[in-house]
Amino acid sequence: MHSETRLILGGLTTLAVATAALVVLPYITIADSAPAPGLKPYTPTQLRGRDQYIQHGCVYCHSQQPRARAFAPDAKRGWGRATVAGDYAYDDPPLLGTMRTGPDLMNIGARQPSDQWHLGHLFQPRAYVPGSIMPAYPFLFDMRDSAEPGETVVTLPPGTVPEGKVVVARPAALDLVAYLKSLDRSYPALAADQ
Amino acid sequence: MSPLAILMSAFILSIVGLGFFIWSQRAHLTDPSTEGSEVIFAAGEIGTPEEPAAPSGATHPAADADDAELAARARADASTAPLVFFFYCCAFVWLLVASAAGLTASIKLHAPDWLTAEAWLSFGRIRTVHLNAVAYGWAPMAGLGTALFVIPRLLKTELVGGRYALLGAALWNAALIAGLGSLAYGISDGLEWLEIPWQIDLLFVAGGALIGLPLILTLRRRQVAHLYVSVWYMGCALFWFPVLFLVANFPGLHHGIEQATMNWWFGHNVLGLFYTPLALASIYYFLPKVIGRPIQSYNLSLLGFWGLAFFYGQVGGHHLIGGPVPGWMVTLSIVQSMMMILPVAAFTANQHLTLKGNLAALRDSPTLRFMCLGGLMYTASSVQGSFEALRSMNAITHFTHYTVAHAHLGLYGFVSLVFFGAMYFVIPRITGRDWPWPRMISAHFWLASIGIAIYFVSLTIGGWLQGRAMLDESRGFMESVLLTLPYLKARSVGGAMMALGHVIFAAHFVRLLIARGARRTAAGPFATAAEGI
Repeated sequence: MHSETRLILGGLTTLAVATAALVVLPYITIADSAPAPGLKPYTPTQLRGRDQYIQHGCVYCHSQQPRARAFAPDAKRGWGRATVAGDYAYDDPPLLGTMRTGPDLMNIGARQPSDQWHLGHLFQPRAYVPGSIMPAYPFLFDMRDSAEPGETVVTLPPGTVPEGKVVVARPAALDLVAYLKSLDRSYPALAADQ
Repeated sequence: MSPLAILMSAFILSIVGLGFFIWSQRAHLTDPSTEGSEVIFAAGEIGTPEEPAAPSGATHPAADADDAELAARARADASTAPLVFFFYCCAFVWLLVASAAGLTASIKLHAPDWLTAEAWLSFGRIRTVHLNAVAYGWAPMAGLGTALFVIPRLLKTELVGGRYALLGAALWNAALIAGLGSLAYGISDGLEWLEIPWQIDLLFVAGGALIGLPLILTLRRRQVAHLYVSVWYMGCALFWFPVLFLVANFPGLHHGIEQATMNWWFGHNVLGLFYTPLALASIYYFLPKVIGRPIQSYNLSLLGFWGLAFFYGQVGGHHLIGGPVPGWMVTLSIVQSMMMILPVAAFTANQHLTLKGNLAALRDSPTLRFMCLGGLMYTASSVQGSFEALRSMNAITHFTHYTVAHAHLGLYGFVSLVFFGAMYFVIPRITGRDWPWPRMISAHFWLASIGIAIYFVSLTIGGWLQGRAMLDESRGFMESVLLTLPYLKARSVGGAMMALGHVIFAAHFVRLLIARGARRTAAGPFATAAEGI
């Protein structure tokens, strides 16, 4: 090979073909999918919680994309129907995930609507799910002798914290739980193959 | 246009395009002359190994070689020495940072209550620090440093514009420090491989452009008519990466689910069109250089190169199998994943034929040992990747630790081992000093290779069982978690061995730098290579 111009142009052409297939065509066809009927925009609190979800890297262990029945028994595990592009209309970016070290969370809000469960589980997952390998997030909470009025006290299973101590949720924890509870795509999707 | 038509047209375009490119770029496709592959040797030098990392006395300068050419090569080395030295120092630092972060993340998966008081030490953040320190620290610093060393040698000229690259590297590392700091603090763009905030990405773009500039300037001053195969890989990698990085990080451009397809277009291509070509280019240069024999088939390397360029770009979509993305896209990626067997086979055959009859050199040459094992791991991880993309395999391995094992086989077993080998070769050339403790090189080699073997085997088995359990609706989800625990612990053992190997590697480098009286004495013209540091 003698010409660097031909080399570089050739290399960029091949990349252009790939970009057309994986970026441009999806951009044309699915970038602006209309919100699925039944999907509500996030509230400001939920959006702050979504930011917590991103910054603590929940996406590295939890997917948000139940798969079709023909593919995997996700629906039978209670994770919900296969999602469609319109389910992510308000997600920027969508947090599909590539690992299931923990369960899929696309419908965790429908599956587990209790604030107290979520808060306690974030504080110490193993107090709720024996053998869980999810990290504990004690830095989202304060452990004190008593709570101030207006603060959210977390009710924990006995023995989780020393006697006489109360666990108070910080705003970040409350936001995160608000986001987790908003994860509910249990409405019907027109295009779903279920 | 129906999905099938898109699929078929892309497929046919790729095949026709590949044929056309090889036809247009070939010199004499059927010509048995190996002239093109001999460009890395001086006149009369073929048959003489060059291996600066071997214990003293294992290699001698070629008696018959053209002195003027050897002197020109020494000048080329000298022109890059301070620059490559800076890149390698950064590479060492990021290697140690990435190892510490990776090992911490690994232990946390089976000891989830360890170090939970600080947010920046939580799994989600320290894992991300690990990935970004490897992806934007260790791998590019080692790979680009090696490229900057090799390119002037291949073009038989001195490096032009090294100052730009030095400034670029400084910007790049400043960006990485800021980026890792943001991630640890909790500022992230939220896309895997693209977590670093786009504001900081601007610095990477500026730094990367400055690093690439000397390549163009040096190409224009080249003293050879023929561009050696390593130049194709390194040259294209230096153009591919900026396109990938810029398109992927452009703020406000990507929307909705298209962000996910773009994410894996980037995530997979940064491996295949940046780290892989840099590592393959290193093998194509150092392997024949160390054994003193040109690569066997020039035309096979042409097929390997354009095959990679054509097929690799489109394979990323298989990461979204079963997801809310167009089915044709996933299918296209699976087809092109299988097509990748073609260039991989071409490279493997070439490597095997070149090495044939020269295996004894493996005993003496640390560079060759790392390179050969790395090359084998390229074949292994590529073939594994091709089959992993198939629906039947992917359905089981998707979402499991199996994928993590595969990623480490590629980026560690292949890319990192090759860069280790290259650094063992280059560092004596740019510092003018011998490695003081050859046994430390052996220790590093065995810790790295046994470590990655334990890592890969345990996580592959664990991930496979995890996937099988998740597909079996009669087994609770927790079963798929609990059964991975012994394999996750084994992974930490393998990871700890790899990290220990890196500490030895870095300590050896420091010892080389502070060693008094360890100057190279027997290397003829090379002794002057790095007086400038």
